Amino acid sequence: MPDARANILGRLRAVQVEAPPPSDFSVVEKKTWSPAARLERLRTAMTAVHTEFLDATADGWPETVRAFLVAQGARNVALGPATEAGRLLAAACARAGTPAVVPYDRPVEEIKAALFGDVDAGFTTVRSAIADTGSLVLWPSPEEPRLLSLVPPLHVALLSAATIRDTLLGVMREERWAKGLPPNALLISGPSKTADIEQTLAYGVHGPKRLVVVVVP
Amino acid sequence: MAARPSKVYFFGTCVVDLFFPDAGLAGIELLRREGVEVVFPPGQTCCAQPAFNCGHLAEARAVARAQIALFPKDLPVVVPSGSCAGMMKQHYPDLFKGEPDEAAAVSFASRVVELTQFLVNVLGVRLTDRGEKASVTWHSSCHGLREMGLDDEPKAILAQLSNVTVVPLTRERECCGFGGTFSVRYPDISSAMVEDKIADVEKTGASVVLSADAACLLNIGGALEKKGAAARPMHLAEFLWERTK
Amino acid sequence: MSAEHGPADFHASSTKALHDPQLRANFRRAMDGLMAKRAAQFPDPAEWDALRTLAASIRARTLAKLPELLEKLEAKCTANGIQVHWAESADDANAIVLGILRAKNATRLVKGKSMVSEEMHLNDFLEKNGIESLESDLGEYIIQLDGETPSHIIMPAIHKSRQQIARQFAEKIKGAVYTEDVDALTATARRVLRQKFFEAGAGLSGVNFAVAETGSLFLVENEGNGRMSTHVPPVHIALMGIEKVVEKLDDVAPLYTVVTRSATGQSVSTYLNVITGPRGAGEKDGPPEVHLVILDNGRSRIFADPEVAPTLRCIRCGACMNHCPVYTRVGGHAYEAVYPGPIGSILTPQMEGLAARHDLPHASSLCHACVEVCPVKIPITQILVTLRKEAAHATPGSTIRDAGGGRDRLEDLAWSGWRMAHASPLLYKAMGAALRVFGPFVRGGPGPLKAWTQARTLPRAARRSLHEIVREKGLPDA
Repeated sequence: MPDARANILGRLRAVQVEAPPPSDFSVVEKKTWSPAARLERLRTAMTAVHTEFLDATADGWPETVRAFLVAQGARNVALGPATEAGRLLAAACARAGTPAVVPYDRPVEEIKAALFGDVDAGFTTVRSAIADTGSLVLWPSPEEPRLLSLVPPLHVALLSAATIRDTLLGVMREERWAKGLPPNALLISGPSKTADIEQTLAYGVHGPKRLVVVVVP
Repeated sequence: MAARPSKVYFFGTCVVDLFFPDAGLAGIELLRREGVEVVFPPGQTCCAQPAFNCGHLAEARAVARAQIALFPKDLPVVVPSGSCAGMMKQHYPDLFKGEPDEAAAVSFASRVVELTQFLVNVLGVRLTDRGEKASVTWHSSCHGLREMGLDDEPKAILAQLSNVTVVPLTRERECCGFGGTFSVRYPDISSAMVEDKIADVEKTGASVVLSADAACLLNIGGALEKKGAAARPMHLAEFLWERTK
Repeated sequence: MSAEHGPADFHASSTKALHDPQLRANFRRAMDGLMAKRAAQFPDPAEWDALRTLAASIRARTLAKLPELLEKLEAKCTANGIQVHWAESADDANAIVLGILRAKNATRLVKGKSMVSEEMHLNDFLEKNGIESLESDLGEYIIQLDGETPSHIIMPAIHKSRQQIARQFAEKIKGAVYTEDVDALTATARRVLRQKFFEAGAGLSGVNFAVAETGSLFLVENEGNGRMSTHVPPVHIALMGIEKVVEKLDDVAPLYTVVTRSATGQSVSTYLNVITGPRGAGEKDGPPEVHLVILDNGRSRIFADPEVAPTLRCIRCGACMNHCPVYTRVGGHAYEAVYPGPIGSILTPQMEGLAARHDLPHASSLCHACVEVCPVKIPITQILVTLRKEAAHATPGSTIRDAGGGRDRLEDLAWSGWRMAHASPLLYKAMGAALRVFGPFVRGGPGPLKAWTQARTLPRAARRSLHEIVREKGLPDA
């Protein structure tokens, strides 16, 4: 509706609006922690909203994750096989023979039924994280699709402790988000939850019921 | 106004004038005891808030203008009501924006000060309690609290009274439901609000509910009386004066 | 809008609500909880003050550059592959949504939470056109089952108790048995809605912040239904009011933190979903088509008057209603409007007109609790008074819809009388004297007297006025 556009913008342009005072971001900018304190803060904040943590080593994490999945009764795990982490986890699973790997390497249309019906866990990497609020930053990609962190009831996310930053503002500035964003970017701070019934918290209403963060140094 | 003035104006407010004159007098006596001369211009009536809040600005301006003219000297205007003080301090400049007497309104507004804040922050009063043991509760009237920032001062001054225990309300900061014409435009909602307020008062077991706003006292007091409750309403100034005179 | 359902009447609806003890208990409990949670999120008054000053400056800057930012947003979104549509009215926006759905042969739509879609009455419109429009936010789903509208902008089903929801699920959902267990009720909704996400031909969402700098849509949520609605179906339609744009990515961070902390007392939401385009080259999922519908629906008229324009700063956190003593007592439905509570009492009359809704600006004791907690410093009570003024007497040239539409000649007369009595010391004294003489004989009466004495005794004038006492005391008068 080209007329609607012209009419709306025309009405808005007809109004002179006084310029407001400049925005002072210092109250957000001054929030900063040491690297060790960042991990601690992230862990505390995310644990408070039912996120679980697994500590692992740089080399040993694939086996840690694999063993964890088996212990939780996961029959299978969906992952992006083209990422380095996905390849390593798939290899660990293949060596042990369990859990089964569901490679998310084709259009959703071909994998949707399985993803919604049969997959117990989804595995993703994490781009960075935010100490201030206890949030993981994910940029889904062709190698690591969006639904891995959404549809399976258990989401396992691999976080390198060195990537934890102070604040959302810091992440956006330091990672230069303004230069270009993927079609979807995400902050995740815990498993899916709701308080729509009498303000009572319930987890796993639509997205994952459990979020497990695997921390490697 | 950091310096201690030797002379002030007193704006009594219409509700105090007609319904709580003892509170007004107590306010004046508290000031005089501190050695402050109190001037009471006899032509004063109302701060004009009722018309202003209802959106009848021309009427409000006419009444406000009549008040401003009565307080011409550069003296503080002490007001025993957070709501009327808020009206004059926060809203007169807007009410007179673009009017020929805008400057006079702005000057007047800058001199308005709420009584409790004047006693505590400017005069630094020290009180000696001569009263019996008493348990009271405090209703923080909305305009005093949110337009004048009247929050710590009443508590600080009550803390000077050695025989007085202040039992806080569960919802101290919640409106009592008066709201001027709101109470008669939406009587069912207003009544529900004041009924909750007096239930809160009764729960404290206090014998007196204090406020620095006579309109709230009219509302809360009327509801206490209708219910036959034991607690009675009293203006903070009157309570302070009666116990320390 | 209200014309379809008969004239809206806050008076009658609020009185009815006050007589529903279950409803009052539900709201009181919920609002008490929300106020406590919000207070815990802002323990440091200096930080709160700095944050809301920043948030208010961001929203004010947006409004100061609104046409320019909307054009930039459109250009960036278009470059990112998002199809942008403009709608002047709710009807226009409905037609646009229907057109997109028809073009894709979509007969089932799943919706994330969108207050703009409530303004459009989109569900009704689509159902009439043979398209299933299903709410997937748990609260919205609950009320849609009962054919209700939201009673709160953030927690739409807050008026219901778990027992009421339990009964409703058992009656209306196939295979559901009666249970008051919240986890079990939530699991039932998950089961039903998972299937719906799977089957849906299109998904719809609102927008919390649209960033002009990058052409990105930011969606704040806890449940994941917003992600489901925007990632799973092959088409995503996002709806936003023209005021939802912000200039830069930087601007999002402060607004995001104040919105979650103010709304539900959460330091952060579970998800912040940032959409900057449809499924990209090589991507395996995400909708191949993303549409953005930018709706005016009366907002540009609000924008035209600087006294009321700050209404458009609103980021829909709902803190004003959580802290409103009126809303707490009567609940959201009593307002008979899409937006209830203090923000609704300023927004609804401006959207629907002062002739139809001059009842709402008066639905407040002007206690300022809303102003105290507003994270973007909207002077709500000041705007309420402006709307009262414009309802009673239109300022010449007023752009407010139906200005003068609430004029009441009897009331005008009463205020003229009040003015005479209070602008003249002599008349004022005479009135006081009359009150003292005749007051004691008044025991009640019609109109205001009856209203006042519902819960209170009539005030009695003191024997002597302060004026008289002071004169006797011989206080100086100048």
